[in-house]
Amino acid sequence: MELSSEHAGGVVIVRAVGRVDGANARDFHEGLEANIGADGESMILDFEGLSYISSAGLRVVLLVAKSLQKQQAKLAVCSLSDSIQEVFEISGFDKIVPVYADASSATAALGN
Amino acid sequence: MSATQPPYKILVVDDEPDLQPLVQQRMRRYVRTGQYQFVFAQNGVEALERLRADDEIVIVLSDINMPKMDGLALLDQIPKVNPNIRSVIISAYGDMKNIRTAMNRGAFDFVTKPVDFDDLKLTIDRTLQQLLEWRDALGARDRLVALQNELNVASQMQQSILPKKFPEGAGFQVFASMKPARSVGGDFFDVMRLEGGLLGLAVADVSDKGVPAALFMMSTRTVLKGAAIGLGSPAEVLQEVNDLLCEDNETAMFVTLIYAVYDPSTRKLTFANGGHNTPVVISADGKATRLPLTGGVALGLVPGLEYQQASVTLSPGDSVVLYTDGVTEAMNESEEEFGMDRLEGLFAESKPATAQAVNEVIFDAVMDFAGDAPQSDDITCMTLRAERRDH
Repeated sequence: MELSSEHAGGVVIVRAVGRVDGANARDFHEGLEANIGADGESMILDFEGLSYISSAGLRVVLLVAKSLQKQQAKLAVCSLSDSIQEVFEISGFDKIVPVYADASSATAALGN
Repeated sequence: MSATQPPYKILVVDDEPDLQPLVQQRMRRYVRTGQYQFVFAQNGVEALERLRADDEIVIVLSDINMPKMDGLALLDQIPKVNPNIRSVIISAYGDMKNIRTAMNRGAFDFVTKPVDFDDLKLTIDRTLQQLLEWRDALGARDRLVALQNELNVASQMQQSILPKKFPEGAGFQVFASMKPARSVGGDFFDVMRLEGGLLGLAVADVSDKGVPAALFMMSTRTVLKGAAIGLGSPAEVLQEVNDLLCEDNETAMFVTLIYAVYDPSTRKLTFANGGHNTPVVISADGKATRLPLTGGVALGLVPGLEYQQASVTLSPGDSVVLYTDGVTEAMNESEEEFGMDRLEGLFAESKPATAQAVNEVIFDAVMDFAGDAPQSDDITCMTLRAERRDH
């Protein structure tokens, strides 16, 4: 799993590539937390390059959403593959974390 | 256990009377500063007596040629008194044959006569260093063993709460099993007899694995049992379990849970799905259909949610399979997933006659598919088979 980030349009876009499972969920968590700024900047997780996310990974997404919430910032995910879209739908995570088709529509919704 | 802090006690073994005053003279600085403490013996027999009487000795510094018991024989005996003692041999310069024998018998190092005391000091310090690291490693190993024991206890606790005998009665068969990936997993299932001859069935998967997941699983199981017995509908049960799990859930653990109530008299199955995999119904002719999702969110995340439920009336011979994603996401060595299609295709040929047989066909197929690939998630499967009631 590789993370890269970019600040644009008032949000930070974090791209995750590879797999997130129980073995690297902690790295995933630390990598995302490191991208939380102090200024209430919202975060978009771009999962275009993500092939798999386990429940341990979903839990990290939720923890990061909670961290952001404490600073009045938001979290959204975008560019889900069909299988990850299905994981979000089955688990009901799509009702907790907003899902967008791509990074630009997510930025338009969360950015300022 | 011998001393782990200075002064470190060193036993010097030599039959020549001049070594003792020499050691005391040349090492007095280190004795005075509390680094070392020296004790003395004249031969191997005396040395062993000292070692047996004093478990604070950490290093033996021994000559080779001595009456009664020589240094090489002593080396053989020391580990029997205490395997953690380190030995350093003092030998004649150039006596490689004895030095080799001594090293082969477990001496840690050697110094030669006439003794160079600076070299002896370095040798003692290096020996002590190794000894302390060895002890650290032993301690770490002991702690690891203790931790492993705790995990085993937790794993037994977890296995012990899973039903092993299933309710029996006219109009239904039920069977379930779980194969954990690590010693402590996050899956569980439950089968409960409810009022009015109804049956409560639950299969759940806690986020992540290990001890935290097992603890969360335990509390989920407890609140679920309470809600299932006290409330009627699966939707209400999920709502209550969700609200209770959301209290003080700072760790953002969650559980996906399917809860179903079966009425054998009408063969009606009512179920509510909290973010869990959709159950599959295998009909008597082997055809598989998926039960609809009820749109529920995984439990423990957001308080106050309302859950929906749906119902289906089973035909005699229908088997409802509740499972966790350990089944559908089991991977083979080429990292392909077992998947829904394989699960649904399993019964096209064979038509198992019992709930247990259905369950076993699924487990066997998943194990066959995974081959030697490591199991990354708990695998849980529960089958309810509807049968005709003949009265």
